[in-house]
Amino acid sequence: MAAQPVVEAAPERRRWLSILAKAQPKEVMAAWDGLTARPEYRALRSPEIGMVLVRGRMGGTGDAFNLGEMTVTRAAVRLESGETGIGYVAGRDRKHAEIAAAVDAMMQSADLRPSVEGAVIAKLARTQDERRDTAARKAAATKVDFFTMVRTRSPG
Amino acid sequence: MAYVAVKGGERAITNAHRWLAEDRRGDVAIPEIETDQIREQLSLSVDRVMSEGSCYDRDLAALAVKQARGDLPEAIFLTRAYRTTLPRFGASLPLETGQMAVRRRISAAFKDIPGGQVLGPTFDYTHRLLDFTLAANGETPVEGALEAEEAQAYPMATIASVFAHEDLLEPDTQTDGAPAPFDLTREPMAFPAGRDQRLQALARGDEGFLLSLAYSSQRGWGSTHPLCAEIRLGEVAVEFIPDELGFAIEIGDLTLTECQMISTYGGGVDTAPQFARGYGLTFGHCERKAMSMAIVDRALRDAAAGEASAPCQDEEFVLYHSDNVEASGFVQHLKLPHYVDFQADLQLIRRQRRDYAERAAAMKEAAE
Repeated sequence: MAAQPVVEAAPERRRWLSILAKAQPKEVMAAWDGLTARPEYRALRSPEIGMVLVRGRMGGTGDAFNLGEMTVTRAAVRLESGETGIGYVAGRDRKHAEIAAAVDAMMQSADLRPSVEGAVIAKLARTQDERRDTAARKAAATKVDFFTMVRTRSPG
Repeated sequence: MAYVAVKGGERAITNAHRWLAEDRRGDVAIPEIETDQIREQLSLSVDRVMSEGSCYDRDLAALAVKQARGDLPEAIFLTRAYRTTLPRFGASLPLETGQMAVRRRISAAFKDIPGGQVLGPTFDYTHRLLDFTLAANGETPVEGALEAEEAQAYPMATIASVFAHEDLLEPDTQTDGAPAPFDLTREPMAFPAGRDQRLQALARGDEGFLLSLAYSSQRGWGSTHPLCAEIRLGEVAVEFIPDELGFAIEIGDLTLTECQMISTYGGGVDTAPQFARGYGLTFGHCERKAMSMAIVDRALRDAAAGEASAPCQDEEFVLYHSDNVEASGFVQHLKLPHYVDFQADLQLIRRQRRDYAERAAAMKEAAE
């Protein structure tokens, strides 16, 4: 499959699907279990484990090459109210993919969205931001401060 | 003609595997190691298995390390075997390593690289003295990493971007409508190899083999006099376009190690002298491997230019022998029964000895 141009049609959906995928399974499960009401849904596609071929760029910014594969789990669900959602998440956690799909469907429903927008998406995003910030602070603490050695020359 | 036993050994094999399982477990008075512990505490073993097993999945690699009793090439073999059982959903968009959330980034060539020299979690500058407090079973509390007031700025400039305006570093090219890159898992090795095929082979290649080749290059067998322009370690998001959506979403973060090696290139008729580059990229934190890969990539680019003379510049030699699953399989198949080969060799050597004895006797007779 050749690289395709990114369709910018659904930047919002792209954002929440990314947050759901990048969260750790246990965080997704905890946020889901913490919801006061969870809608009924049925599987359009039962969670399926597979691989995605990961590509790098030659030299860092050049043409693509195949670096290796990663495990990915995908799922698709439909809510009783009709919205369909999908989940594509790194790893082999079926529940993670299924809940991601359910939340994706809920985010598309005007009625259900308020119940997950803050309690799931914003919460997971906050955790990810914190994790990233902590790593960036630890990295900054290991930055080398160079001392300038002043050379003194005897005149002449 | 005599009959030869061609079957048998099932019971011996079953019993051998039971003993193997017992040995894997070791002393039962000592708690069994869990895959979570391997994933968290033997993380560099896990990284190597993911990298050479060519499959990013920390839990899977930890399981492979446990099952292989810590034998990493065996764990890599297990990982490769597992990946063949899964369907492939497609290929990701190319990773944008310039967007890495950097935990470590150093340049040994350019002291004042923007963003600074960030050491990250490194073995460098440790004294390599055994630390017996680690043998004290957790009695010594771990001192956590320090956090600076101000987070490391993001994104961090790459060495290529720093010198881009002067054209001092060989630029990368992105070709419009480039065909899908060569895929070694679907196509057999072909020569001359494109750089895409080469980088995929090196990314899957054995760390030890590539390390020795890189070392040989540094010592003069096809010397490239490399300088380490940049090493970076951190997390990069993978983007994938699901068929159902038609637009890209991030499906996860990968930890990657990237290395840029540079060496001077005297220029040609159409090109001014500049720094040529070698590239290394691995899953996980595999710095030795990424550096070796970059040096070998650089050396093989000489080969592409017709300047090959040393082993590390011979792409057939390098690419045909870099895969440790293939290499290990071919070397270790010698353990399997070769009874018929041996019978044939035995007959041959007996006949040769008979001929030799007859010739020697004739010579002796003639001399007398």
